Order: sequence, then C-alpha cells, then structure tokens
Amino acid sequence: MKGPSHGLALSLEGITVSFDGFRALNALTLQVDIGELRCIIGPNGAGKTTMMDVITGKTRPDAGSAWFGQNIDLLRLTEPEIAEAGIGRKFQKPTVFEQHSVFENLELAMAGNKSVWRTLFARITPVQVERVEEVLLRIGLLEQRRAIAGTLSHGQKQWLEIGMLLMQDPQLLLVDEPVAGMTPQEIERTAELLTSLAGKHSVVVVEHDMAFVRSIARKVTVLHEGSVLAEGGIDEVQSHPKVIQVYLGV
Amino acid sequence: MTQFSDVGVGGLVAAIRSDRGGKVFLSVLTAVIVAVPILNLLVAESSALHMSSYTVTLLGKYITYAMLAMAVDLVWGYCGILSLGHGAFFALGGYAIGMYLMRQIGTRGVYGNPLLPDFMVFLNWKELPWFWHGFDSFPFAVLMVFLAPGLLALVFGFLAFRSRVSGVYLSIITQALTYALMLAFFRNDMGFGGNNGFTDFKDVLGFSLQSPATRMVLFLCTALALGGTYLLCRYIVASRAGRVIQAVRDAESRARFLGYRVESYKLWMFVLSALLAGLAGALYVPQIGIINPSEFSPTNSIEIVIWVAIGGRGTLYGAVVGAFVVNYAKTYFTAALPSMWLYALGALFVLVTLFLPNGVVGLMGERLRRTAPAAARVDAPVVPE
Repeated sequence: MKGPSHGLALSLEGITVSFDGFRALNALTLQVDIGELRCIIGPNGAGKTTMMDVITGKTRPDAGSAWFGQNIDLLRLTEPEIAEAGIGRKFQKPTVFEQHSVFENLELAMAGNKSVWRTLFARITPVQVERVEEVLLRIGLLEQRRAIAGTLSHGQKQWLEIGMLLMQDPQLLLVDEPVAGMTPQEIERTAELLTSLAGKHSVVVVEHDMAFVRSIARKVTVLHEGSVLAEGGIDEVQSHPKVIQVYLGV
Repeated sequence: MTQFSDVGVGGLVAAIRSDRGGKVFLSVLTAVIVAVPILNLLVAESSALHMSSYTVTLLGKYITYAMLAMAVDLVWGYCGILSLGHGAFFALGGYAIGMYLMRQIGTRGVYGNPLLPDFMVFLNWKELPWFWHGFDSFPFAVLMVFLAPGLLALVFGFLAFRSRVSGVYLSIITQALTYALMLAFFRNDMGFGGNNGFTDFKDVLGFSLQSPATRMVLFLCTALALGGTYLLCRYIVASRAGRVIQAVRDAESRARFLGYRVESYKLWMFVLSALLAGLAGALYVPQIGIINPSEFSPTNSIEIVIWVAIGGRGTLYGAVVGAFVVNYAKTYFTAALPSMWLYALGALFVLVTLFLPNGVVGLMGERLRRTAPAAARVDAPVVPE
C-alpha cells in the first residue's frame, strides 16, 4: 500500500462541507507529500478541525475527493477502516484511556487484528512488549509505564496520545493543537518529538502557537473560511499580504 | 491487572489471582454451596442450626438477582452502556422455562387438559399456538432460555449501536423496550397467560418442585451458575477485549480512531449480558414458582441498576454484594415497614451516589488499602477528571 517515495501521502481536492448553509470547507484542495511535516494554521472557524474530520471519516463532504496514498479513497471508508489503512489522529483535547496504565494504553493502540474474538484470546508477545517499550522511550514515558494514564500531567497525556498513534504504525499522523496548555519545556520536547517523526511518517499539525509552528515547520498552509489562503515557507507565509490582513485585520 | 495476561485456563487463573475481591467472593460462594445443603438437609429440623426450605429459596432468589446484577455490571460498569431494560431479558428467560413448566403440568391442571395449559382452556382456545410447540422438551426450553433474550438483544443492540445511540438516549429506549414487552405480555391473546402469567408448576424433569431435594438441586445449580457467570465475566474483563470495552467506556472516539469496531464490542457484550440475564430468569422461575408480566416492569430494571450502583460497579462481585444488600433490606422493610421501602431505596441510592461513588465494595477496598503497605497500592483507582 505504500506509494512511491516521491508520491503524495494525502490529496484533498475540492472538498466542500456545509453545516446548515454554513460552509465549513469551501472547495479545499491540499496535498501532503510522503514523509513531510506540514503545519496548518488559520483563525478560528477556518475549517481546520472539519478538515481532520473529513480525512478520518467522521464527516462526509458534500463534494470533492480525498485520497490517501495512490489508491485509497477515504470517502468510501469508515473510521476504523481509515485507522487501519494507516491514518492516526490526535485530538485537540488529550484523549487517552484514563483508567488504563500507560503500558496498556499503548498495548491497545498496537496495530493488529482488532476483532472482538481475537482480542478475547490475544496475548502480548515479547516482540510486542519491545515495540511498546521502544515507543515509551520515544515519548519519554518509560518510567511512567505502570502509572494510570489519568494521573499523568497534561503534557504527558499529549505525548502518550502521540505514542498511541505511533503504535498504530501509521503512514500519516494528524495532530490537532498538540502544544495547547503546555509549559515551554514541554513545548520544546513536543517539537523535538514531532520533527523526529517526519521522514518516517507524514505529519500534519494544526496549531495556533506561531512560535511553535516556526520551530518545526518547513511548509505551512494557511486556511481561511474553508479554503487555502496561502502556502509556503513560514517567512513567506507570514509576509503574505492576505495572511496579514486575515490575521491582523488591516 | 497483569501486563502479560495469559489466555485460556491459564488466563482465567491469572485473572482470578489478580482480583482480591473476586477471591473472597468465590470463597464465600464455595462455603455457601457446601454449607447450605448440610444445614438444610442433614441438620435436624429441631436444631437451631437448621436452615428452612424457605430460607434456601430466598437465598436462591437472591443469587439469581446477583447473576442479573452481574450481567448489568458487565455492560454498565465495564462498557458504559446503562441498560434500564435488563429486566426484559431476565423475564424472557423466565417465560421460556415457565412454558416448559406449564406443559409439564399436563392433566394435573384444573381443567385436566393434557395439551393446553389452564389459561388457554379458560380462554376457549382449541389448540396450542404454534410458538408453544416444542416446549414439552426440556432441551428445547433451555435453548429458548438463551435464544429469546439473545436474539432480542442482538436485534435491538445492532440497531441501537449501529445508529450510535448512546448515553441517556439508549437508557430511555431500553426502558421503552421493557415497557412495551410488559404491555404486550399483559394481553391475554399474546398467549402467555396475560396478567396472571404462569404459576402452579408441578415438576421439572419429573422431579416434584415441592420436594426439598429438588429445591436443593435447583439452589445448587443457581449457585454454580453464579460462580460460572463470575468466571466467564472475569475472564472477559481481564482479557485484552475487556480492556478494549473499558477503553470504549472512557474514550469511545479514541477507541474508534485506533481501529476498534466499537459497535461490535458493544453488541457482543450486550448480547452476552442478555444471555446471562435470561439464564438468571430461568433459574428464578422454578424456585419462585411464578412468572408474570410485572417482571417486565420498568421499575424492576431500574432497581437492578441501583443494586449495581450500591454494590459498586465495575468489579462484578460488587454487583453481587449490591443485589444481596438491597434485596435483604427489601425483604426486611416490606415485612416490617412496607410503606417505607421505596423511600429507603431512594435514600440509599442518593447516599451511595453522593458519598460512595465506588459503592459498598469500593468503601471496603479503601479500608483495606489504607491499612496495607504503600508498596501494594499499584492498582489504586483514580477519579476521572
């Protein structure tokens, strides 16, 4: 299912979504390369979350097409099928299984057969334990492996959720506002974590924090009123007259 | 909960080992299974230690309630599905075995009709309705004990979960389900005895239901069924599938985006729970000797949820404690202060909700933990934000 190395990880074309006459997405066209780290910015109501909803199958668009890789039509798949195909999504609010331990959270996220019958008799193998530990190390929660996820700090929960996405071994990671509510140290570590993921995975980050975007982004897409306003390097985008107008209202 | 949970018998052993409350529960249940027959059948009636058949039946009734509560705990405590209609599955299981018991009466009925139960003769029916055929066979009736509630839960659950009905909306339609069934079963022409239901049973598999030995066997079957129900549920909740259903309870959309088919998990847990409730109902009816549409009453189903809440949800054995505590209190109150019972039940529910979110067993667990050394507190429960 992997596309060619220079191919596209994600391709949205002419996506339109209306809620009661309000156009959340307006003929949105967006392409993400394989291995790319892309930041999406935009004022509130620009359609960032709706775009994620469309990609992950939560919302069906009224028009347009959405392709994952070369030949997976996202609009024909359900949420679990999209997850299985290799798209992982991190929510805005950290969403982990609060009553389970950190280790169990990652174990549940692990790629594999997820049918009722199989999980009823599933047994974790040493290889899988190693895989969980690898991710624990990567997200810096090795010491907290036995802790109940609900007791983690806000930042740790965010990392755990990113770790859960990694356990799925996704080709594309969608990350919604990862640093909201984080301390400066936590933001720095999150930036390191996300940049280390690019290359092996394609990563799409939606974020408000411009300093953070600047620290990780190579390419930035600005959304406004449901379509792309500008796209390019961070300096290029920030000096774009239309972007300045939308952001500063001048 | 161990990380390296095993499967099969080994998995079951590990699942029980890691559950202290469950071990206490199984020990008490074993003691009951050994002690009750001795106290009832072997100890002389004149002795102070003798246990009357009335007490045995009462205990048997409580145990069927405990099974029912455990079935509700499986879906509510672990999967977050607040069913307010589980009484319907219990009643359907009861009706299925009741139909067998009615057919066993044969010519001993008031009208002495060899084929038709009394109520049909009374209604001037000439032949047995099609859905009564086969109920003269015990294996067929047992099959229906599972099939009737199981199928209802499968169809209902499939439609509800597929449409992503959850939370309070689901609770309301489960109430509507049991209420609709109650109205249907009240009707004489449904063919289930109308508001009188079934009673005056004579024997089961040729053994008189009045004899102490038969009653003891029924009691033991019920106690063993409760033990079996616990082992099955405990295995499930300690397996990875069990962790998935708890994950669905705590963060459904996260589970869905991880690739779990949340609807299938909910559906199978709901169906299994209905099967267990049906079995409980089938064990209840021969011991109590009557089944009528009031078993479908919405308040019955709500009461089950109260048992689980008071006992402590999400532990399985807590449901058993809750069923016993509340029903013992009910037996006591309805005899001593009949008008006070509903107030007492309401007050109990309010107090538990306010002060004991983890129920009676949660309180006991806390006591134990406070006296235990700090190192043993690995599985301390957390209060969700």
